Amino acid sequence: MAKFILKRVAISVVSMLLLITVTFFLMHAIPGGPFSPGEQKDLKPEVLEAIRARYGLDLPVTQQYANYMKNLAHGDLGVSMKKTNYTVNELLAGSFPVSAQIGMLAVVMALIIGIPLGIIAALKRGSAADMVSMVLATIGISIPTFVIAMLLMYLFCMKLAWFPTFGWGEAKHFILPVVCLCLAPIANITRLIRSSMLEVVRQDYIRTARAKGLSELMVIGKHAIRNAILPVVTYVGPLVASLMTGSFAIERMFMVPGIGRYFVNSVSDRDYTVIMGVTIFYGAFIMVCTLLVDIAYAWIDPRVRFDS
Amino acid sequence: MRKKINMFPEQPQPPYTMADKDIPAELFELLPEDEKKTDVINRPSISYWKNAWIKIKSDKLAVAGFIFLFIMVLIAIFVPIFSPYTYDGQDYNAIYQTPSMEHLMGTDMFGRDLFVRVAYGARISLTIGIVTALVNMVIGVLYGGISGFFGGKVDMLMMRFVDVFAAVPSLLYIILLMMFLGANLRSILIALCLTYWFSTARQTRGQILSIRNQDFAVAAKVVGESNLRILIRHLIPNSFGPIIVTVMFLIPAAIFDEAFLSFIGIGISVPVASWGTLANDGMATMGAYPHLMIFPALAISLTMFALNFIGDGLRDALDPRLKK
Repeated sequence: MAKFILKRVAISVVSMLLLITVTFFLMHAIPGGPFSPGEQKDLKPEVLEAIRARYGLDLPVTQQYANYMKNLAHGDLGVSMKKTNYTVNELLAGSFPVSAQIGMLAVVMALIIGIPLGIIAALKRGSAADMVSMVLATIGISIPTFVIAMLLMYLFCMKLAWFPTFGWGEAKHFILPVVCLCLAPIANITRLIRSSMLEVVRQDYIRTARAKGLSELMVIGKHAIRNAILPVVTYVGPLVASLMTGSFAIERMFMVPGIGRYFVNSVSDRDYTVIMGVTIFYGAFIMVCTLLVDIAYAWIDPRVRFDS
Repeated sequence: MRKKINMFPEQPQPPYTMADKDIPAELFELLPEDEKKTDVINRPSISYWKNAWIKIKSDKLAVAGFIFLFIMVLIAIFVPIFSPYTYDGQDYNAIYQTPSMEHLMGTDMFGRDLFVRVAYGARISLTIGIVTALVNMVIGVLYGGISGFFGGKVDMLMMRFVDVFAAVPSLLYIILLMMFLGANLRSILIALCLTYWFSTARQTRGQILSIRNQDFAVAAKVVGESNLRILIRHLIPNSFGPIIVTVMFLIPAAIFDEAFLSFIGIGISVPVASWGTLANDGMATMGAYPHLMIFPALAISLTMFALNFIGDGLRDALDPRLKK
């Protein structure tokens, strides 16, 4: 077990270093920069030079990389180059709670709705309930989130005017983004649970449980779910990470002041430090979540440990 | 001390023959003619691929998906050729028109015909889906195949490399690559091709690992075939079913990602119309002119439905573990 964890941690660390390095050099290789002459036409060349020197952009790229890594080791992500007076740490601290809030809500919704739907679909295979949940699951998988968001926005914000299209702070602002975010996960969870449940209920130990006279609720709730839920555990790790760190499209559409929006804006603004900061935060968060899930999984299911 | 016990004292000691038992010949009787045939396998043997074909033909959703996709391909190829309008032709006398006989899906804010633009978007989306899937299949299958076939240190190195890259969310790589390469079709293709093949490689490796020591592979080795030939002629074809299923699901994933990137403004750039950009443009005016948003949204969604149905059908048909 210790060896397994150690190996996974090592892989994650190498991945993280790779991500940071690739991002850094790729970003600097992109034509144009935060203070290139093309971007800021009203500034004199000398002023631009001074600004570039202020942010250390006049140094050779390798030197900049070394400086950045040194600061990063101290947990300092630098100052934003476009949002003056903000450090990247402050920006992340301000936007992460927003993303995490709707992300967590969406995950909880997805689990609460997806797991029972999948179980019902599997137990009543071929029934109307199965058909309905499979149709819903196919819709959730096939229609892109941003399309669903557009349609919901059109219907509920414009035609029915139940919700405002944007704004932030009150419960009514949460509802549509959360609904949009949780539809695809619901579909995936339903499908995963349904197929694993179908496999599990055919196993001998379930027949044994029935044979010794357990109630159906106990058979399913205590014995079947335990094994049927395993594929969902692997799915939920990356899901939690990606939803909590914000969805690029949903946050942009509903004007949610979360991380996803910062990332998209920073990329088109060439705000180097914010690009790096968000990438590192996002990557690290996803990797930690995946790692935790893998460890949990290996702990639940011994086969995984010995396989790898 | 244990005593030796003879459990079958009456048994004749070998060598002995049936004749020892002395069954009279008249006790034997001939089987009736028709009973002889019960042992014969009447059904003609069906190959793996033929079986898959029969299954997929009976899957109504998959067939519907194929038909829809075929029509979409025809639209993508022929509509931009034969339509009187072009995807970037502006007509300020006909802006924001609702669907009519002249403009089947209406026109946008520059008076561009939406039907042609959606058809043009189909070209982009289908190209992206198919090219990405094929390139990733080739890279993934070869990489995974080599890794699984040689095993040991080679396998370890190659798979750690994949682990390291795959641990990073691919969207981050794709967005950065897009910024680096510029917003056009070619860079999307490159970005998607560079990031998608991990799953195919992993899966192929698993498949190859599980069959590389089977008799037919060992036999090929004994006959003296080269490693490369064993891999390409014997191992890969035998693990192709599940791989094709994975690759099939790469097509909708790629189309999905392109639409998403274009939608958030870093995919295909104006005036070229991809479904993502069309949807994004449509969203800006959806309060007054919902058709500008609805037709691109429909095009994406229906195509995704069709591809997912085909993928599900292929999986049921090709994955032997799901056989009933």
